[in-house]
Amino acid sequence: MAQLSDLTPGKKGKIVKVTGRDAIHRRLLDMGVVGGTDFLVEKKAPLGDPIQIKIMGYHLSLRKSEAETIIVE
Amino acid sequence: MAKTLKIALAGNPNSGKTSIFNNLTGARQHVGNWPGVTVEKKEGTCKYNGYEITVIDLPGTYSLTAYSIEELVARDFVIKEKPDVVVDIVDASNLERNLYLTTQFKELGAKVVIALNMSDVAEKNGMNIDAKNMSHLLGAAVIPTVGHKNRGMKELLEAVVNTAENKTGLEEHPIAYGKEVNPEVEKIQRILSKDSNLVSQYSPKWLALKLLEGDSEVIKVAENSPVWNEIQHVVNKSRDYLHYHIGEDAETLIADQRYGFIRGLAAETVQRPELERLSLSDKIDKVITNRLLGLPIFLLFMYALLKFTFSGSGFMVGWFEGFFEWLGGAAAAVIPEGIFQSFIVDGIIGGVGGVLGFFPLVLFLFLGIALLEDSGYMARGAFVMDKIMHAFGLHGKSFLPLLIGMGCTVPALMASRTLESRKDRLITMLVNGFIICGAKIPIYALFIGAFFFKSGATVFFLFYLIGIAFAMLMARLFRIFLLPGEVAPFVMELPPYRVPTIKGILIHMWEKGWMYLRKAGTVILLVAVIIWLGFTFPQEPQYSKDYEAMTAQIEENFAQQVALITTGFGTAVNEIEENEIFAKFAEVDSQFSAAIEEGGLEEGSKIYFALEKGKNKSFATLQETYPQQARLYVQYRALTPAKDEQLVAIENAMAAEQMEKSYAGRVGHAIAPFFKPLGFDWKSSIALLAGFAAKEVVVATYGTLYSMGETDLEAAEPLREAIQNDPSWTPLKAISFMIFCLLYIPCFVATVVFHKEAGSWKWTGFMVLYTTVLAWVASFIVYQGGMLLGLG
Repeated sequence: MAQLSDLTPGKKGKIVKVTGRDAIHRRLLDMGVVGGTDFLVEKKAPLGDPIQIKIMGYHLSLRKSEAETIIVE
Repeated sequence: MAKTLKIALAGNPNSGKTSIFNNLTGARQHVGNWPGVTVEKKEGTCKYNGYEITVIDLPGTYSLTAYSIEELVARDFVIKEKPDVVVDIVDASNLERNLYLTTQFKELGAKVVIALNMSDVAEKNGMNIDAKNMSHLLGAAVIPTVGHKNRGMKELLEAVVNTAENKTGLEEHPIAYGKEVNPEVEKIQRILSKDSNLVSQYSPKWLALKLLEGDSEVIKVAENSPVWNEIQHVVNKSRDYLHYHIGEDAETLIADQRYGFIRGLAAETVQRPELERLSLSDKIDKVITNRLLGLPIFLLFMYALLKFTFSGSGFMVGWFEGFFEWLGGAAAAVIPEGIFQSFIVDGIIGGVGGVLGFFPLVLFLFLGIALLEDSGYMARGAFVMDKIMHAFGLHGKSFLPLLIGMGCTVPALMASRTLESRKDRLITMLVNGFIICGAKIPIYALFIGAFFFKSGATVFFLFYLIGIAFAMLMARLFRIFLLPGEVAPFVMELPPYRVPTIKGILIHMWEKGWMYLRKAGTVILLVAVIIWLGFTFPQEPQYSKDYEAMTAQIEENFAQQVALITTGFGTAVNEIEENEIFAKFAEVDSQFSAAIEEGGLEEGSKIYFALEKGKNKSFATLQETYPQQARLYVQYRALTPAKDEQLVAIENAMAAEQMEKSYAGRVGHAIAPFFKPLGFDWKSSIALLAGFAAKEVVVATYGTLYSMGETDLEAAEPLREAIQNDPSWTPLKAISFMIFCLLYIPCFVATVVFHKEAGSWKWTGFMVLYTTVLAWVASFIVYQGGMLLGLG
């Protein structure tokens, strides 16, 4: 178990849980970040933040602070 | 009478919704706003099988929550307007996430037809989707389409009509929410059914789900129910039960169940290739947002966008300018000189020309933006810039409006629409005016040229940086004090790179351009007329000097001198041209000027020089014969230019005084004490006032006030010298003035557009006020501080 923000590009994993609240939580659910979904960390932006992951077959970007709310394995 | 249908197009952003809308409706489109919000509403019509079909394009959304205006607009439309069919555009190559929205439309109880769009891309990627099976499992028609190739539209409309007529023969398959959530939903539904009024408006199941999710808007609706206390009690109990027994909140559980349903559906209907190939889009992305190349490529694209917008539109700007010049000239020729002519030519045609002058810029800008957006780069630009922008309380997407602001604030404000959150949008718009726009450049050229000529480029660049620093600083402050809260999340899809279609881009460009004209045009014309009135009236103020008498005096002096000379030639004034000796001298001059004109010669060229020498020689020969007349002839020739010069000087002085004493000038005088602590005199306060019309007018106004007549903005040397030699100006005052110009209200076109975009007088008033106050305070500190340091 780790936070999504801890993973380096190239790492694969599975979403366990989204811990954030309200708008950000809702938004992640809407974008398919739900328990049991596989993902791949693709890259970091040139300045190190945000990051880009591949999930449900598309590319999703999110800030590190947002990735911290996602528990993965 | 034809049968009518009303259908709504829905779908995720980037699902190809726009191209399907364009395919269905063609040119029969109408763009407006959803009532009360600044979200765009597009409507169109099409005909199929005896049906007159109205197509409403809902905002592109991923979900139907109460968290964003777009999502609220979409779901309210389905609830209140009850379209016959909702056509849900689903990106076939990105099926699972797209179907999430579909499940929510079904929860709403809408009749859904699914357009399985970009099915060609999915096929190419090796995906195999069983549309028929899927439609049985979903209980809704599933039609494969390829929007940008206009494929599958007929089948789609056929399915729409069948669905509307309930002839699909498909059975409804409600989504199961699992053994934990389902009983709770049913409990809430039972209570809700007591309020017959409520359940006649909304699907009870949807209400129950939303109450369980804690949807703020649905709670507001339910609060008015007579059984609200009961409802609240049951909902709270259910939420607590789920939280303590399952360890998850209802929102997550419901989302999990929806995705669970979708996974099951995909497992039965979709075959994926064993090994996923790296698509071309992924390969492009590896380069474009590369750690090392990402930033340079971003800068390159932005440079290209600016270059394209401001240089590319040059030819069209030229057309518009030419056209309005021609129109002004034509009107001036037809209408007799006077106040009415000035009203038409300077007020109306000048005003409209001013508005349309921006038009090519807006068109090209939106063309460029559409290219970046449709190709998929825009989201990457935000991805690259977010860290910097976020540090200043802005969103990654704010980079675009700020950048465009370097050209012109008007399109920049319009470009801030790409920001989803209203707070982010407002902050970006509030600070946009601090970026030096194209129209302000002549002001800096004038004062830097007059006082800091040696290090001109550096000073200029410094002012750009000061502007950007102010924008960033104020953004940060607004984020902390005025519009507190988090910057909108950056949880954002990075869509695949695509080759944009020409049709899509052109429609996009035209829509935005037309919107600009329609929104801004009328108000701007009105303000242009008011400004013209302010500077034009009163026509004949009480002049401090009797200019008419002065003019008459000059004319009289001139006549006297002419008379003296003609007497020397021994003829009457009106017969001088026929005098034999005079004609000999005149012949020499006219031969010379004829030769110059014929050869198109320029002063300083060799042949010119030779001809001039020849002329002087002939003149000298004549002079030997008629020494006295030669002197008189030279005097005579100099008389007219001298008189004209004096007359122009009087005319310019008159124009300066007329402006000073016009209503606007009086206001300028009245507010001059307000500017005194900043080191500005009344001339500057009038110029700043005029700068509200358009920033380049500041320089033109100085031109008039310094009695220079009309000033060419690109070549303002005489004015520069006049300001340089005016003892009341000092370098410190110039800096103070430039700071003020940097910060104070943008021009009224920008103010009008700001108002249209912000949608409230409160914000427009705030923007006007705070920019002015900020400009005053900053200039005050610069000027008074400078004085204290002994720099004045």
